[in-house]
Amino acid sequence: MKEELIVSGRMNHLIDPQLHIWHWHIPLYLFLGGLAAGILFFAALYTILGKEKEYPTAVKIAPFLTPVLLIVGLLALFLDLNHKLYFWRLYTTIRLQSPMSWGAWTLMVVTPLSIIWCALNIKTLFPQWDWKYKWLYDLDAFFRKYMKTISWTMLISSLILGVYTGILFSAFNARPLWNTSILGPLFLTSGLSTGAAAIILLSKNHNERLSMARIDLMLIGIELFLIIHMFMGFLASTQVHIDAASLFLGGPYTTPFWLFVVTLGLAVPALLEFLEIRGFKMPVFLAPALVIFGGLIFRFVIAYAGQASRWLY
Amino acid sequence: MRYAMAVDTKKCVGCSDCVVACQTENNVPVGFCRDWVVEVTDGTYPQLEIEIRSERCNHCDNSPCVRCCPTGASHYAEGGVVLVTPDECIGCGACIASCPYDARYPHPDGYVDKCTFCLHNRVEKGLNPACVSVCPTKCMYFGDLDDPHSPVSKVLKTRKFKTLIPEAGTRPQLYFLI
Repeated sequence: MKEELIVSGRMNHLIDPQLHIWHWHIPLYLFLGGLAAGILFFAALYTILGKEKEYPTAVKIAPFLTPVLLIVGLLALFLDLNHKLYFWRLYTTIRLQSPMSWGAWTLMVVTPLSIIWCALNIKTLFPQWDWKYKWLYDLDAFFRKYMKTISWTMLISSLILGVYTGILFSAFNARPLWNTSILGPLFLTSGLSTGAAAIILLSKNHNERLSMARIDLMLIGIELFLIIHMFMGFLASTQVHIDAASLFLGGPYTTPFWLFVVTLGLAVPALLEFLEIRGFKMPVFLAPALVIFGGLIFRFVIAYAGQASRWLY
Repeated sequence: MRYAMAVDTKKCVGCSDCVVACQTENNVPVGFCRDWVVEVTDGTYPQLEIEIRSERCNHCDNSPCVRCCPTGASHYAEGGVVLVTPDECIGCGACIASCPYDARYPHPDGYVDKCTFCLHNRVEKGLNPACVSVCPTKCMYFGDLDDPHSPVSKVLKTRKFKTLIPEAGTRPQLYFLI
C-alpha cells in the first residue's frame, strides 16, 4: 500500500485539505451567464430569421431578464475575487490563452448589448414609454438602423458566452474532472436549454410554447448524449480520469448528479415536454422550472466535484 | 538561463527546516507555507519503503498557471522562474485551480502567492534560495541548467531523478533524486 502525506503541517487556507478556491459565486455566475446566453441567442436568432411575430416572448420579453441576470452574475464574479480593487486589470490586457480573459471581454460586449436590446423593445413592456430627450430618440433610431449587425453580434457573442463557461473549466488539466473538451458544448447546450425554458415560462402564446418545448426537448437529448459521452471518455482514459468519473459513479456526488441533474433536471422535463407536444395537458411551469433547477444544480455539482478531483496524494 | 532545483530524497530527513526558512525569509503570512514536506510510505509491514520530498512550486516550463491567468500577473521571469505580480493579480483563483501541484495559495492581502525560488531577494545577489542554504543535510541543489558547472546540472548528470506528475504535461523544473 502506498500512502502520501504532507508531514510539515501544510494547511493553506482554501487549498488544504481539499481545494475549495471557488465557492457558490462561480457556479451561480456560470448558471446565470448560460441562462442569459440562451435567452439572447434565441432573441437574436428569431430576429435574424424574421420570426419576431411567431416568437414574441423570445424576441421582445425574455431578453428583459438578461441585463439583470448578467449584472447579478458579474456581481457574483466580483465577490469571488480575492484582490477586488484590482478587477480593472482584466481590461488592460487581452490574453488569448486564458478563457477567463475571453469571458471578461465577452461580458463587456454582451452586457451592453443586452441593455440596448431591452431599450429598443421597451415599448413592449411599457407602451407609454417616452425617452424624453431628443438625443435618446436619436440613439434609439441609430441602433435601429443597425439592427442586423446588433442581432448578429448578439448571436455570436451569446454563443461565445455559453461555450466559454465550459471551456473555463476544461482548460484546467490539474482537475481531471474538468479536463474534458466536452464541457464547452455541454455547458452551451445546458445554457440554451435553460434559456428556452425561461422563454416557455414567460410565454403566453401556446404555439410559441410548443415550438420552444420542441427545441428544448432536442437540447435535452443532446445534453444527455454529451453526458454519456463524457463518462465514456473518462472511463476509457487514464486512472485520474477514471477516479474523477467515480465521483459520480458511487462517489460523494452520485446522488446530486443522477437524481437532481439527470433525473429531475433532464429526464422528467423531457418526458413532460414530450407529453405536452403529444397533446396532453401538462402544468405549464413544471417542465421549464425543472430544467432551470437542473441547470443550476449541474453548475454547482461540476464546480464542486471538479475541485475534489486531482492528480496527487 | 534555466533555474532549476534538485532534492535528494535519499538525504532528506523531513525536518521541515526548509519550510521555516522560507516562511522567515519571505515573510510568509502565519498559517501559510510556500514549501512543504511529503512523506511517502510504500509496502506492507515489515517490508516498508519511505521517500521524503521537500516540495514547492515546480516553476514549470509549460505552466498552466501562466497560461490561464487573465491579466498576465502570473508570468515567466528571469531563468524561467514563475512569478506573480501582486499589483496585476485580481485574485480570481484560476491559477490556483490550474496547478496540479497545489503550489499556490491566496495571500491574506488578496493576491496569489507562491514560491519564487527567492529570485529577487537572494538568487540575484548570488545566494542560494533560503530553503537550499538552510538544509542541514545539504540535500538540495540549485542553479542554472544551461550552465554545466552549476550544482544542479552536475548532480542531475550523475544521479537518477524523477519529476512529479510529468504526465500532466507541465515540464516541471523541480527534480527529485532517487
